[in-house]
Amino acid sequence: MSLTRFGRLQKAPEFFLTRDAMSLPRDDRRTFLRKAFAAASAASIVAAAPRAFAQAGALGDPAILNLPAHSKGLGQPVAARPYGLPSKYEENLQRRESPGLTRVGAASVSFAPLQGFFGIITPSGLHFERHHQGWWDIDPAQHRFMINGLVKNPKVYTMDDLMRMPSVSRMHFLECGANTGMEWGNVAVPTVQYTHGMLSCCEFTGVPLKWLLDDCGIDMKKAKFILAEGADGSSMTRTINLSNAMDDVMVAYGMNGEMLRPENGYPLRLVVPGVQGVSWVKYLRRIEVGDMPYATKDETLHYVDLMPDGQHRQYSSIQEVKSVITSPSGGQVLVDKGFFNITGIAWSGRGKIRKVDVSVDGGKNWKVARLETPILDKCLTRFNLDWIWDGADAILMARATDSTGQVQATISEMRKVRGTRSIYHNNAIQSWLVSANGEVSNVQIG
Amino acid sequence: MFRSVNTLLAGCDERLRRYATARVRQVHVAAVRLASISSRAAISVLTVAAVSVAATPVNLGRLATPAEIKAWDIDVRPDFAGLPAGSGTVARGQEVWESKCENCHGAFGESNEVFTPIIGHTTKDDIRTGHVAALRSGTVPQRTTLMKLSELSVLWDYINRAMPWNAPKSLSTDDVYAVVAYILNLAGVVPNDYVLSEKNMQATHNLLPNRNGKTREHGLWELGAKPDVQGSVCMTNCAPKVTISSHLPDFARNAHGDISAQNRMLGGLRGADTLRPAPTEFVTLAARVNKVATGPASAASGATDPAKLAAQHACLACHGIANKIVGPAFIDVHKKYAAQKSDAAKLLVVRIKSGGSGAWGSIPMPAQDHVPDADIRAIAEWIAAGKFQ
Repeated sequence: MSLTRFGRLQKAPEFFLTRDAMSLPRDDRRTFLRKAFAAASAASIVAAAPRAFAQAGALGDPAILNLPAHSKGLGQPVAARPYGLPSKYEENLQRRESPGLTRVGAASVSFAPLQGFFGIITPSGLHFERHHQGWWDIDPAQHRFMINGLVKNPKVYTMDDLMRMPSVSRMHFLECGANTGMEWGNVAVPTVQYTHGMLSCCEFTGVPLKWLLDDCGIDMKKAKFILAEGADGSSMTRTINLSNAMDDVMVAYGMNGEMLRPENGYPLRLVVPGVQGVSWVKYLRRIEVGDMPYATKDETLHYVDLMPDGQHRQYSSIQEVKSVITSPSGGQVLVDKGFFNITGIAWSGRGKIRKVDVSVDGGKNWKVARLETPILDKCLTRFNLDWIWDGADAILMARATDSTGQVQATISEMRKVRGTRSIYHNNAIQSWLVSANGEVSNVQIG
Repeated sequence: MFRSVNTLLAGCDERLRRYATARVRQVHVAAVRLASISSRAAISVLTVAAVSVAATPVNLGRLATPAEIKAWDIDVRPDFAGLPAGSGTVARGQEVWESKCENCHGAFGESNEVFTPIIGHTTKDDIRTGHVAALRSGTVPQRTTLMKLSELSVLWDYINRAMPWNAPKSLSTDDVYAVVAYILNLAGVVPNDYVLSEKNMQATHNLLPNRNGKTREHGLWELGAKPDVQGSVCMTNCAPKVTISSHLPDFARNAHGDISAQNRMLGGLRGADTLRPAPTEFVTLAARVNKVATGPASAASGATDPAKLAAQHACLACHGIANKIVGPAFIDVHKKYAAQKSDAAKLLVVRIKSGGSGAWGSIPMPAQDHVPDADIRAIAEWIAAGKFQ
């Protein structure tokens, strides 16, 4: 229902004003506006308009009546900032650490400010960070990429070699396996930046790994797994299925139209669509083709999911169907009652997003949200739903379904199978409580 | 064969030439035939070919030398393929440990200061069963490395490739064996006189307390595997009763700093001011703005609100006003210095500017010399005064 209504254009309230109304004192005008607006609009959207007029004097808004400096002076020249920066008014949106989560900055994580993002692409400078032994800005002229193991011709490629090759560009999400991991047992952090901010989505450019494995003469009879290894101090290693490696895995140097940022693996990283971020090895120096999993540190000691029976799930890799409302979300305050656009993102490591349902009553009833295009494989999908806040308590939730038919589960449903101590792979439905005082907070239901 | 096509396309766009080279096997016959016609025709045919033929980069990269492979191929697999020959004693391991490992991991691998503990909560019975019982019972809040360790190969591999923390790959092969032996000795897995070598790695692996505590029986690895959790598709009247089972306690309101400074100042939402308690009733933003605009001149309209400065410079990421986070609570800093020193603000300026460690535990405070002096002074005076509202 709301979808059809959303499409209708609402006239701006100014057009409903008569000359008399324009001369009314501010407070009277507010009342008048409410009446005029309500009468004129069958949809009865309330109270969203008066804010701009609250600042207005008798003649109108000083922001209009008093021309600002930028309308009366000369602006900055081109290339004043040769590499552009966000507006100074946007500096609240930063990558941030979650206090107390880790104790050493070089083996830590900074979370992306999802609460402020639009669409599906993460600005490169706000891509979340996860380093295991600090980050480096590596001289690309000295970087080498090697393929060895079960191949006919073990080879070395320079960055020049890789960047001369035919390339592909694809948009994919990148989510840490521990994203939302702090919330398995109970609510632990206040905002979507900290609950879901180990998530980013970029356009990556590089060479499909399959081409390189073919170029080295991979032994497809014996090969079953590959090991990816980084060039940094930790020399991060992860095992990847050969089926993934020969499917859509990419050796990438480009991100969002420029080279990878150092924090994201400059000059070369592995892109493993749909699989948790730890497998997207940064500063990629080597791929070894083998016939058994390698049981590396980050697949035996970390990134293992502890189940209720005391067993650790190893090699849990696929990031399953998940969604979250990014606005309104935890830690935010609604500026007024009335219309709000509930917006968020959905994704699945198994394929495309087929559908997102949104509830504003704690999961009793659900409405189908509008999906924005593009809707791509293993990529974030933006959803929107219009909503009128009447000032009462409301619990907002989103639930995604992917192209394989998997439906995002509640935290209770997740715990029934996986307990509360997994740390990793929490793709449960997130709930935000909008309280009567206008503040939104992180809650769990049931 | 490659040369003839390159010559043919010498005048063409570089990108087309690359495509042509990449697909030379498939298209060279057509290209050579077209050479006598016109280069424009050749380009159109080659472009079509590039779309329809699988890409195979040709003639880029070179063979890796045996020495290069040896230099980088350092991984050790669970079957110990890749493990270099060598040996190390528990005693030598202790020497290396005390000089290179202990300051982060503690004398007995028990430290929880910098990293999670390595040693603890495994039993003799676990060594017999290969399952750490504490994992099932859930009685231990934090898992140690030895509780999780399912392969001995990884302990060797990881120490060899990534330790010590600030000088990875600097240990000799024998010293890696020695450190592994010492860790296993600390865990009660091997005796004091144990000598670990490539010959007894498998036998030693068979003593690991959690060697059997692993499974790959789940739907999260193989493409197309069946998921283990499926949500509901119910759309109406799905839950008879909605109960909130968990929320953040009030004292954690400021644990992540001032949320109002972490949200955009535009649109239908703002960040909550978590430096103050939650409002008791709803006030529109317009009303809040009016109150500030018409109210008496106050700290809010002043140039420097030290609380805001502390948030802006991320002081509050590590220090709560009244609660310890990573660093001490500002109230505690105030008490310690204001009560003892006559010139607390000056001292705090130095502490903030250059950082330090030891006064509040071993986690160091990094130097904040990027923060403007005036802001540091304002924050220092604010902490020294101790009037946090």
